Amino acid sequence: MSKKPWQDYPQIASSEITPESVWLNRRNLMKAATASAGLVMAGETLAQPKQLKELSFLPAVDGTPFKATEELTPYEAATTYNNFYEFGTNKSDPARYAGSMTTDPWEIKVGGLVNKPGKLNLEDIMSDFDLEERIYRFRCVEAWSMVVPWIGFPLSKLLERFDPKSEGKFVEFKTLYRRSEMRGTRSFTSIIDWPYREGLRMDEAMNPLTLMTVGLYGKTLPNQSGAPLRLVVPWKYGFKNIKSIVEINVTDRQPKTSWQDLAPQEYGFYANVNPKVSHPRWSQAYERRLPSSLFNPSRVKTQMFNGYGGQVASMYKGMDLARFY
Amino acid sequence: MPASTSSRRFPVVIPPAWNPAARAFFFLLCLVPFLALSNAVISDSLGPDPAEHLMHVTGEWVMRFMVLVLAATPLARWGWPRLARYRRMLGLYAWFYATLHLLVFAQVYIGWSGGILVEELAKRPYVLVGFLAWLILVPLGITSANSIRRKMGRNWRKLHKLTYAVAILGWLHLLWLSRSDVGDAVVYGVIFVLLFLYRLWNWQSKAVLHKAS
Repeated sequence: MSKKPWQDYPQIASSEITPESVWLNRRNLMKAATASAGLVMAGETLAQPKQLKELSFLPAVDGTPFKATEELTPYEAATTYNNFYEFGTNKSDPARYAGSMTTDPWEIKVGGLVNKPGKLNLEDIMSDFDLEERIYRFRCVEAWSMVVPWIGFPLSKLLERFDPKSEGKFVEFKTLYRRSEMRGTRSFTSIIDWPYREGLRMDEAMNPLTLMTVGLYGKTLPNQSGAPLRLVVPWKYGFKNIKSIVEINVTDRQPKTSWQDLAPQEYGFYANVNPKVSHPRWSQAYERRLPSSLFNPSRVKTQMFNGYGGQVASMYKGMDLARFY
Repeated sequence: MPASTSSRRFPVVIPPAWNPAARAFFFLLCLVPFLALSNAVISDSLGPDPAEHLMHVTGEWVMRFMVLVLAATPLARWGWPRLARYRRMLGLYAWFYATLHLLVFAQVYIGWSGGILVEELAKRPYVLVGFLAWLILVPLGITSANSIRRKMGRNWRKLHKLTYAVAILGWLHLLWLSRSDVGDAVVYGVIFVLLFLYRLWNWQSKAVLHKAS
């Protein structure tokens, strides 16, 4: 027998060594200890900024849709101007408060209509998939936009590992929901039904542009950007790019998404960037490329499918995109 | 008229002393948000999307000044009679911040395009409602000059009842804008309802008085 005996045992991930309740509790105890020692001035600063790790990855290739040619949005802007309603509805709330979210250990559960349902922890994800850089335009439904160098791997590679069944037509995603660490979810006047949910059609999920993202600007994601693992679908409005994913399910019917639940007349399932279909709140014909200023608002015309029509338009052939917005 | 009822009538006794220093102080105090915003624009410290921030903050100040305008009357009667002297200034400041709000919208959101403005008004009820509120503030602001006020006589008070419409439209504008959290709209709604109830109660007691006399 050439196999060494220890190879018969699965490698133990750090997430499996300590039960979640114990490490969450330990974290609280440590916070309490620090606070009582008078080392911390305000409750909000309790969480130390996470150490972001440098990632190694294949750089984006010139002349491909994977590398947008526009000037990059500065790191500072991309990481201080975020929507992550679990931490508040102001753009500056996520950068201020998301530090309280525990992202290590992290595990995602993949199930539904797959032949090999299971779990993946972050260590496996980081070691098993080849990371690549993608410089994408990022267009929010609120009519602002950025250009961000993401790092990740195609979602298709992750899904293939769980072997989706042929009747699986859609993919559903869920964000972490942990009230104790997410102040926005404790707001009395919030009308979002947590956890945040999003979905894609199977062909959209398998499109090579669709990126499971673990980093930006060469490093791991800061919490406000959706650490440790988020979705980036560059031809759709930003809210489809669900953050801090803990669960993925393959389904045979179109999953309900959080924004659709809240205001179906405003937020469709598809949410393809489309300057011709205006939103009840924002005209989609133009966008503000950030950073913008009062006297030079950098208003640019929005492109159909955010400029990725060549890669994705064929998926929507024959569909009325005003109806399936 | 019995003495006890006269205290319900407005104006009660507005202090005749017109203190220019106090007036200047109030004027500058109301200008502080504008100065702070101007400074932030000049020093470019409003973050990556100043437009969004400016819209938010100027809109908030309009709502706050509308609350102050409506609260000035009851507060004047409940022990701060001098506040009645500042009601008009507060109203003008509401108009001032609403105009800034509109200017930022014109500059950043629609790029001074009439076509896009028409589209926004037609397609987005919250824009229409907000714009209407601003339009109503125009005649209220213009007629606030003393000379015009005197000329208008009783009609001035009638016209300025439109302040209530501005408050309601402003509140609708905010409510319509709320997406996932209606906290602000609820807070302003409760305050406005209380201030309206106060007046309703007041008018009713007046009506009873008229019938009695």
